[in-house]
Amino acid sequence: MNSTSMEKSETRQAWFFVAPALIWTVAFFVVPFAFMAMVSLASRVSRQIVFTWDLNNYINFFSKSYLLKGLFVSLEITLWVTIISVLLAYPLAWIIADKVPRRWQRTALILAILPFWTSYVVRSYSWLLVLSSNGVINNTLLEIGLISEPLQMANTTTATVIGFVHFFVMLLTLTIYSNLVQLSPNYKRAAADLGANTLQTFWYVILPLTLPGIMVGAFLTFVLCIGDYITPQILGGNNELVLPQIIMLQLGRRADMPAAAALSIILMAVVTLAYILCLRWLKMERA
Amino acid sequence: MSNRYSRAASKVLFSTNSSIALVIAMAGASSSSAFAQEELNALVWCDHTDAALIEPFEKANNVKVNLKEYEGTGTALSIIAQSRPGDWDVFVIDGVDVPRAVAAGILAEMPANELPTADFFPAVVMKANNTSNGKTYAVTEKYGYNTISFDKTKVDPEDMKDLTMIWSDKYKGRIAIYDYYLPVIGLAGLSIGIDTADISAANMPAIKEKLLALKAASKLVGDVVSSQTALATGEVDILVGGGEWVTAVLSAEKPNLDWVIPTQGGLRWSQSIGVMADSEKKDLALKFVQYITSPEGQARLATSSCFWGMPANEKAGAHLSADQKAALRWDDQPEYLANSQLYPVPSAELDDLMQDVWTEMLQY
Repeated sequence: MNSTSMEKSETRQAWFFVAPALIWTVAFFVVPFAFMAMVSLASRVSRQIVFTWDLNNYINFFSKSYLLKGLFVSLEITLWVTIISVLLAYPLAWIIADKVPRRWQRTALILAILPFWTSYVVRSYSWLLVLSSNGVINNTLLEIGLISEPLQMANTTTATVIGFVHFFVMLLTLTIYSNLVQLSPNYKRAAADLGANTLQTFWYVILPLTLPGIMVGAFLTFVLCIGDYITPQILGGNNELVLPQIIMLQLGRRADMPAAAALSIILMAVVTLAYILCLRWLKMERA
Repeated sequence: MSNRYSRAASKVLFSTNSSIALVIAMAGASSSSAFAQEELNALVWCDHTDAALIEPFEKANNVKVNLKEYEGTGTALSIIAQSRPGDWDVFVIDGVDVPRAVAAGILAEMPANELPTADFFPAVVMKANNTSNGKTYAVTEKYGYNTISFDKTKVDPEDMKDLTMIWSDKYKGRIAIYDYYLPVIGLAGLSIGIDTADISAANMPAIKEKLLALKAASKLVGDVVSSQTALATGEVDILVGGGEWVTAVLSAEKPNLDWVIPTQGGLRWSQSIGVMADSEKKDLALKFVQYITSPEGQARLATSSCFWGMPANEKAGAHLSADQKAALRWDDQPEYLANSQLYPVPSAELDDLMQDVWTEMLQY
C-alpha cells in the first residue's frame, strides 16, 4: 500500500469515527439552530405567527429598555457568580488535592459535591427559607442583637447570586481539582530549589498551570448560569428579570415564539462571545 | 489546540462532564412511571392536582388522569400550540377566556342537558361566556376573588377596605404582588376608578403608573405558591391579587390571615371546564367534567390543597363543613358578587400592551 492510499484509508477511517458526532451535531444543533434563526425573523400578529422576514424582534429587544435590562442583569449576576465561585472553589480544591491524604481525597470530593445529589429546585427553595425575614440568618442576627429589623435577603439579586454560588462552587471545585491532581510535585520542588517561597511558587508556577481548569470551570459556570431560569425565578422574587426569565415570559405568557427565538439567539451570541474571549485569553497565556 | 494547556483543558472538561453525567443519571434513576389502564390528559390549574379530588374519579372509572398544571390562559394556549391534536382531553380555563378558546376551535360541544348548571349559583353560570350559538362548550366549575389578602395581626383590617391604602407609604416594603397580569392590572384600574371592561390602550398609561408605584412599594412578585408562601411565612403582610384562594386553604393553621374586597371593588375569577375538540376520549372527558361539577366533586375542588375557591354548584354546600363554608364566606356571596368585576378581556393588541406593561413593571 503506497502512502497516498494509506492517507485515503486514514481519511475514510477518520470520517467513519467522526460521522456519529457530526450527524448528532447537525441533527440536534445545526438544524434546530437554523430553524430558530428563521423563526426569529417572524412576528406574532394578532396571536398568530406570521413570517415577516424582518429584524423586528431584535430591534424590539434593543429599543425596549426593560428587555435590554434583562441582558445586563444576566451578565451582572453571571460575572459575580463566576468570580465568587472561583475564589471559593480554588482554595477548596487546593486543600482537597494538596492537604487531604490521598486515601481520603475521594471521600472529601464526594462530601464537596454532596449538594449535587439534592434536587436543584428543592435546594433553591431551601435557600429561600434560610434567607427569608423569618429565616435562620435573620433570626440569628436578631437574637444576638446585631440587627433590630430583618434584612431583606430573600427575593433579591443577592439571593440569586448566593443560590448560584452554592451550586457552581461544587462544579468549579471538580474542574480545578482535576487540574491540580495532574500537577507533578516536581514543579514545587524545582521552584523551591530555585529559591521561590510558597507564595511565589503558587503565583508563578501553580496558578498558571491550573489556569486551564479555572478557565474551563469558569466558562461552564458562565454558560450554565447565564442560561438558568429556575434559581432567579425562585430566589429573585421576580424583582429583576434575567434574560431566560424574559424568554420564558415570551413563551409561557404570550406564545410569542419569534420573540423567544430572537432572545435565545442573542443569549447564544453572548455565550459565543464569552467562549471567544476565553479562548483568546488562553492563547495569550500560551504566548 | 495542540499544546499542554488545551490537553489539560480537554481532560478537565471530560472529567467534569463525566461527573455531571453521573449526577444527572442518578437524578434520573429516581423517576419512574407505570401506565396500565386508560388515561385521560387534562390541562388544569393546580387545584385539580389534589389527589383527594382526582383519586375517586380514577377509582370509579379505572382510569389514570394525567394532569398538567399551568397559570394563565396565555400559558395554556402556548402549551396547546406546542402539542399534537388529541394530546389533551380536558381543559380548565379562565371563564372570561372561553369565547377565545371556542373561536380558536379548541373546545368541543357538550350536551347541556347532561350538565348540572341548574344547580349552580345563577350569577356564575356565565352563559354568555360558556355557550356560543346555543351550544355549550364549557361550564363554570369554581370562582373566587382577586383582591387583597393580609395578615390581620400586622396590618389594620380597616385600611385594607380602601384600595388606595396599598399605595400609601404605610405599607411600603410589606407587599407581595400575585404574578398574573390580568387581575392585578384590573385592581390597579379599580384603584383609579377604571372598570375592568373599560380598560383600553388610552388608559393603560395611567394604570401603568399605578403598577410601577405598586412595584416600588412591594417586596416580590410571585406565582400561586410563592406569593401564598410569602404571606404565610410572614415575608410580607399583604398580597395584592390575593383572596380566599390564598387564605381559606390556610384558615385552620393560619387564622391570622384574612382577605377583603375593598370598597372600590375586587376582581372575580372563574374557572370553566370543557372537553377538548381534538380529544379521542370525549365520553370519558365528559364523565370527568360531570364528576368535577357534581356536588361531591365540587366540594373537593372547592377545598383543594393548592387553593380554595367557591364551588359553582350550590349543592356542594351539603358536602362542606360549617368551618369550610365560613372560610369560603359562603353567606357573604351575594354582597361579594355585587362588588366584584370579571377579569378584563383584552383584544390581541391590548393583551400585548398589557403584557409589555407587566414585563416593564417586573423589571422596574
